[in-house]
Amino acid sequence: MSRSVATITAAAPRAGFILRRRRGYRLLTIPAMLVVAAVIVFPWLFTVYMSAFDWKIGQAAHFVGLGNYAGLVTNQRFLESIVHTFYFTLLAVIFPLVLGTAAALIFHRRFRGRGVLRAIFTMPMMATPVAIALVWTMMFHPQQGVLNYLLTSIGLPPSLWVYSPKFVIPSLVIVEVWHWTPLVMLIVLGGLASLPTEPYESARLDGATEWQLFRHVTLPLIMPFVVVAAVIRTIDAVKAFDTIYVISQGGPGTASETINLYLYLQAFAFYNIGNASAVVVVFFAIIVALALLLLHVRERARWAA
Amino acid sequence: MTDRTQSESPDARRRRLLQAGAGAAALGMLPGGPALNAHAQNAFDWKRFKGQKIEVFLVKSPRGDLLTKYHKEFEELTGIEVGSEMTPEQQQRQKAVIEFNSGNPSFDVIALSYHVQKRQFAKNNWLTDVRPFIDDKSMAAPDLDFADFAKGGLNYAMESDGRVMSLPLNLDPWVVYYNKELFAAKNVAYPKTFAEMLDAAAKLHDASAGVAGFVARGLKNANVPVWTSFMLGYGGQFMDANGKLLTDSPAAIEAGKMYQALLAKYGPQGVAGFNWNESQTLFLQGKAAMWLDGIGFAQPLEDPAKSRIVGKVGYGVMPAGPKQQVSALFGDGEGISAYSKKKGPAWFYLQWASNKANQTRMLQAAAGAPVRNSAYAAAQQSSDFKAPKEWVDCMLKSAAIAQPGLPVISPVTEFRDVFGVALTNMINGADPATELRKATAEFQPVLDKSEKA
Repeated sequence: MSRSVATITAAAPRAGFILRRRRGYRLLTIPAMLVVAAVIVFPWLFTVYMSAFDWKIGQAAHFVGLGNYAGLVTNQRFLESIVHTFYFTLLAVIFPLVLGTAAALIFHRRFRGRGVLRAIFTMPMMATPVAIALVWTMMFHPQQGVLNYLLTSIGLPPSLWVYSPKFVIPSLVIVEVWHWTPLVMLIVLGGLASLPTEPYESARLDGATEWQLFRHVTLPLIMPFVVVAAVIRTIDAVKAFDTIYVISQGGPGTASETINLYLYLQAFAFYNIGNASAVVVVFFAIIVALALLLLHVRERARWAA
Repeated sequence: MTDRTQSESPDARRRRLLQAGAGAAALGMLPGGPALNAHAQNAFDWKRFKGQKIEVFLVKSPRGDLLTKYHKEFEELTGIEVGSEMTPEQQQRQKAVIEFNSGNPSFDVIALSYHVQKRQFAKNNWLTDVRPFIDDKSMAAPDLDFADFAKGGLNYAMESDGRVMSLPLNLDPWVVYYNKELFAAKNVAYPKTFAEMLDAAAKLHDASAGVAGFVARGLKNANVPVWTSFMLGYGGQFMDANGKLLTDSPAAIEAGKMYQALLAKYGPQGVAGFNWNESQTLFLQGKAAMWLDGIGFAQPLEDPAKSRIVGKVGYGVMPAGPKQQVSALFGDGEGISAYSKKKGPAWFYLQWASNKANQTRMLQAAAGAPVRNSAYAAAQQSSDFKAPKEWVDCMLKSAAIAQPGLPVISPVTEFRDVFGVALTNMINGADPATELRKATAEFQPVLDKSEKA
């Protein structure tokens, strides 16, 4: 009893000291807050402000309130660009996740030359997106491209790849998959390396098959890592611009025009700053919603683990 | 002097001051007015602005590279120091808009693409009228001879009210490259009319051999000049005097049908995504019988390292439409920023850039098609000039029948985008009339707004 009283009395001034110190710490955050305010909060607020104007660079700005947003709701091209963005993102997340996880499982096993092969496998990730895009553009060429050469040499009909409105997004996804599967592989491989061996031993004692081992032991254990990879991939896929711009420029027609490409046209080709700002605000809302959803999934994955 | 002023009647003095004022105002357009005054009676002198420094803003292109390479020569000739910046075309256009809007651009001289930037620059008064320089014997170099400039180029440089806002450098009329070997194999003559062109494409198209009868740009935005090439031949125009679009007129629709027939029926697979480079590659491989594009893309065709059709290329003038024979024209030149404080030295740079020596070099280096007629004769005399004579003939004939290939309006990029999507849709089967009406309705408000503002 007396000991605890002594502790309390000793703790009281300490708590005050911490509070005082905390106040001091708060002061230290001011520079960072100022930077955040200057480079994130202010531009964001200014974008919202500009989105209320009909303003083209070089012309006078008129206040239109929510006019730009009302225009977007009925703008078929913009609405289609949202669909294209989601379609592209969905494919560009799922395929690298599945293939990357599979690759991680393979590279997790010990075999001769594993180190070298692993290094080779991660090479696409290190290449510059625009350079990759230019090379792929050549490979996609319907007449001169190597891809159609390969298809026809094994007896398959040639494809139009990015030159067809129907195949352009899946073809662009092929580039994304080639480029970013190694990243997923690295993340999941890190996860595999940290797994405990006990669950495997007990499962084997219980007579589990290889598939059961994977399905009921490995997969749940690496799920948090897969989710992290999914979050990173989603962010990358949603903001993809360079490869699409270089390879298809959003075409043929508008078949691969994602929100980013539409936005780029509005802002930097047509100089419709007001309308482009409204697009940014909508895009931002979509990204926030997507981020919240992914965070929720991540939390669930953590609880499950 | 003072005495005389005092002895003058007030009226006479006012008149004299007004005269002097007008003179001063005219001189005020030039930097260093007094210096000019001192030289007024003198002959032209390249060294007049010795010791000054100007900034030029060029486009990264064979022409930009060529000028930059010879900047030393200009500096030695004039004693004017040149600071230069080159950016790729797209970025140059964006940077120009942003810098001019700031009211304090970092450059004195700027390169401009007439087909994209002419109206935008004129409407915003971003360039300097160079007529006072041209009229001033002490400012105009003896080499500057407008009779030597192709008319299409001068039209591009001038406004409708007669102001001259730039000096043209390069013209890019559209021509039909054709594969003589393929034509001979099927015994087809080079078409003289649109009807013959369709006919030739049909005869030469051979899907089983992988040969397209015709190839041109299908990619949205890039594809618009292909359609306008036909529209001009059908007698179509971009808009009437009141700014109402005529892009859904019968002529425009006929041109749309022609575009659709040539590309969708006789074009290569996937042409909806083709820009000039894909078209060029196909033609270089001998897999296309005709290719419609700017004459400036001819360079690799006669290069054995890049081309399988060396010596087999025909350079054809655009066939005649039912109404007229027109070659769609593009071009670029250089102007002086209206905000520049060194307009005199900047004007000297303009004259140097478009002088006969540089124009001849441009042709020799295959960096473009010069606007000055004398360059063609001069270049052909040089032993290292490689372009075939047929190319030169085609260039001169095309320049003589050239008309702007895009409307001279501010929102050109948006025009190309909206109509480009319509054209790509046509390749994929959409009805030309419907698409053009839709695109016209979509673009009219954009145009109205740009002209009202």
